[in-house]
Amino acid sequence: MELKTYTISVYSENNIGLLNRISAIFLKRHINLESFSTSESEIPDVFRFVIVVNIAPDKVHKIVQQIEKQIDVIKAYYHTDEETIFQENALYKIRSSYLFEERQIQNIIKSSHATIVTVSPEFFVIEKTGFREETEKLRQELAPYGLLQFVRSGRISVTKAKMGISEILNTFKK
Amino acid sequence: METKTKQEKLKATGSTLRISGAEAVIRCLLAEDANLIYGYPGGAIMPIYDEIYKFQDQLHHVLTRHEQGATHAAQGFARTSGKVGVALATSGPGATNLVTGIADAQIDSTPMVCITGQVASHLLGSDAFQETDIIGISTPVTKWNYQITKASEIPEIMAKAFYIARSGRPGPVLIDITKDAQFEMFDFTYNKCTGIRSYQPYPELINESLEEAVRLIGEAKKPFVVWGQGVVLGQAEEEFKTFLETSGIPAAWTILGLSALPTGHPSNRGMVGMHGNYAPNLLTNECDLLIAIGMRFDDRVTGDLNTYAKQAKVIHLELDPAEVNKNVKADVTLLCDCKISLQALNDKISTKTYPEWIKRFDDLDVIEKEKVIYGDLNPTKPGLTMGESVEMINKHSNGDAVIVTDVGQHQMVACRYAKFTQSKSNVTSGGLGTMGFALPAAIGAKMGAPSREVVAIIGDGGYQMTIQELGTIFQQQVAVKIVILNNDFLGMVRQWQQLFFDKRYASTEMTNPDFVTIAKGYHIDAARVDKREDLDQAVANMMASDKPYFLEICVEKEDNVFPMIPTGASVSDIRLE
Repeated sequence: MELKTYTISVYSENNIGLLNRISAIFLKRHINLESFSTSESEIPDVFRFVIVVNIAPDKVHKIVQQIEKQIDVIKAYYHTDEETIFQENALYKIRSSYLFEERQIQNIIKSSHATIVTVSPEFFVIEKTGFREETEKLRQELAPYGLLQFVRSGRISVTKAKMGISEILNTFKK
Repeated sequence: METKTKQEKLKATGSTLRISGAEAVIRCLLAEDANLIYGYPGGAIMPIYDEIYKFQDQLHHVLTRHEQGATHAAQGFARTSGKVGVALATSGPGATNLVTGIADAQIDSTPMVCITGQVASHLLGSDAFQETDIIGISTPVTKWNYQITKASEIPEIMAKAFYIARSGRPGPVLIDITKDAQFEMFDFTYNKCTGIRSYQPYPELINESLEEAVRLIGEAKKPFVVWGQGVVLGQAEEEFKTFLETSGIPAAWTILGLSALPTGHPSNRGMVGMHGNYAPNLLTNECDLLIAIGMRFDDRVTGDLNTYAKQAKVIHLELDPAEVNKNVKADVTLLCDCKISLQALNDKISTKTYPEWIKRFDDLDVIEKEKVIYGDLNPTKPGLTMGESVEMINKHSNGDAVIVTDVGQHQMVACRYAKFTQSKSNVTSGGLGTMGFALPAAIGAKMGAPSREVVAIIGDGGYQMTIQELGTIFQQQVAVKIVILNNDFLGMVRQWQQLFFDKRYASTEMTNPDFVTIAKGYHIDAARVDKREDLDQAVANMMASDKPYFLEICVEKEDNVFPMIPTGASVSDIRLE
């Protein structure tokens, strides 16, 4: 079956070992993750995982059910790209001499709407937020200048539809 | 994390006590009505064992001969008593030895709390003596696990552990407690856990689904029920029986559902699955409505999913949302404790009979009786069969015994032929298929139901995987009856080698010791029988004993278990020979 990209959003308690528990669900089914990020959510003491995975549509629902089954998981959802607003963040570290010697670099930075985070005598760092294609295009454009370092974050995403975690938590309080 | 709790007054002392973490663990166990535990001491759990010594008048600790035995005994206890089984072990190898039993309890939904000692918190991650990451190791096979590094965490975590283990779809929980947390003094109060905000174990029945299920049942011409352990775990035996008697629907069981309905009940049409009965397997693919109750469509039940009950509408009564549409797509799901959903169905369905449909079962039963059952139970060949051995146990137990089985041919034969009149009487390792399960599980089964006769039926292979638990049986004088069906082979693997590997019997023949002498070495009364004319008396002698008793029955070496659905084949392709 054809694979499709899904963003899985997991709302959970912030407990040691939960990351292991969630990744074990993918490990058991021999599924590789595209990206994984975690942070606080809009609700105090509730954490949110954003997991991107390429998977057959009939499998994603079962995976999410298994994630939601974990005791410390409050609720898990999955969405297609069309149902979410998502971004990635990339950092590019380049030798400073290029910034002054190669005019083309300045053009690339301008046209890609990237920002310069820091400049030191040895190196400068560019930051770009956007879709994978955009950060990747910038990486390819900068590659001829010898990227000293490149790193891209996992996807972060919010959904267009409401997820209703507060309602679930309020129900529990009653 | 947010939990709901219920204040429990400490019976002896009032409200707060200044005690050690180790003593707190014992007081938590007692507060949870866990006064019988299985375990094995070692360095990192010694403070807790010291408290076990002090509390020995309130808490019975059973020293098994291996930590795996402690988990299986706790499982056996849980399965016959319906309570949470408790197993204790030290860190490192003690903890890793629990893993098989934990995995078994996870896949068979057995409520169990395992407590492991851990090296002191300042040593965590230093590769200290007997340090192992049991939290990491046990994560995929536990319902929940937690490492305690401060004594003050003990009451809340222990309360959560018991709540999680027993609620919803039950399962194993592991609590790892560092040695310094066991020594640490703190102010103890205990509140029972009554809810966790991230965990909703009991989904509410949706009325529209119920109405739809009632409609499908009303329209069906050839309805069929397959039930599993959910009926037992939900304590829904009465509601289930009423449902079958009112609806008139024939029903068959998965291996863990066995004994939820008496084997002699007219609605009981036998076992589904790989070595199940002919009629229920074949008619799975003829029914027009399949009602699955508290079962999870395991591959040993369904065979090839692409040809499984495709013609039928499916109603699934299930408590665990993750099981819904996992293997078989249901037309209607009643996501709820089946005690509630069955009662709700009973209130709405009308009395019916399906004489023509039932006759299909009767006719196929005749074929299976002629081709398989008669020969198994009334053999003419000189060697004893497993079937006649189980039938002899039926004769002397009147179907009132708890039957504990291991894994393999004897297990399939015992499940096919054992007679049951009461629920919680079939204790076996279903999902994980753990050889070595039965002997220690029988210890727990007997202690969980002390007034009942407990007969462990075990193969010669699995018996030797946990044979050391004879020591536990002897020391504790657990009056279990141990029956070894000895064919000097790993029989089920040999059967597969015969059928699918051109009789290349790779490493399946066993040169066995003198089992009777071994049992006698543990001061357990023991006998061997190898002749048909002696079988009746041998079983009678065993059942008459009020002490632990060992009986070796030497059976035919190369008998096969039929019917059989080869792996990956359709239930329609069930073979009778």
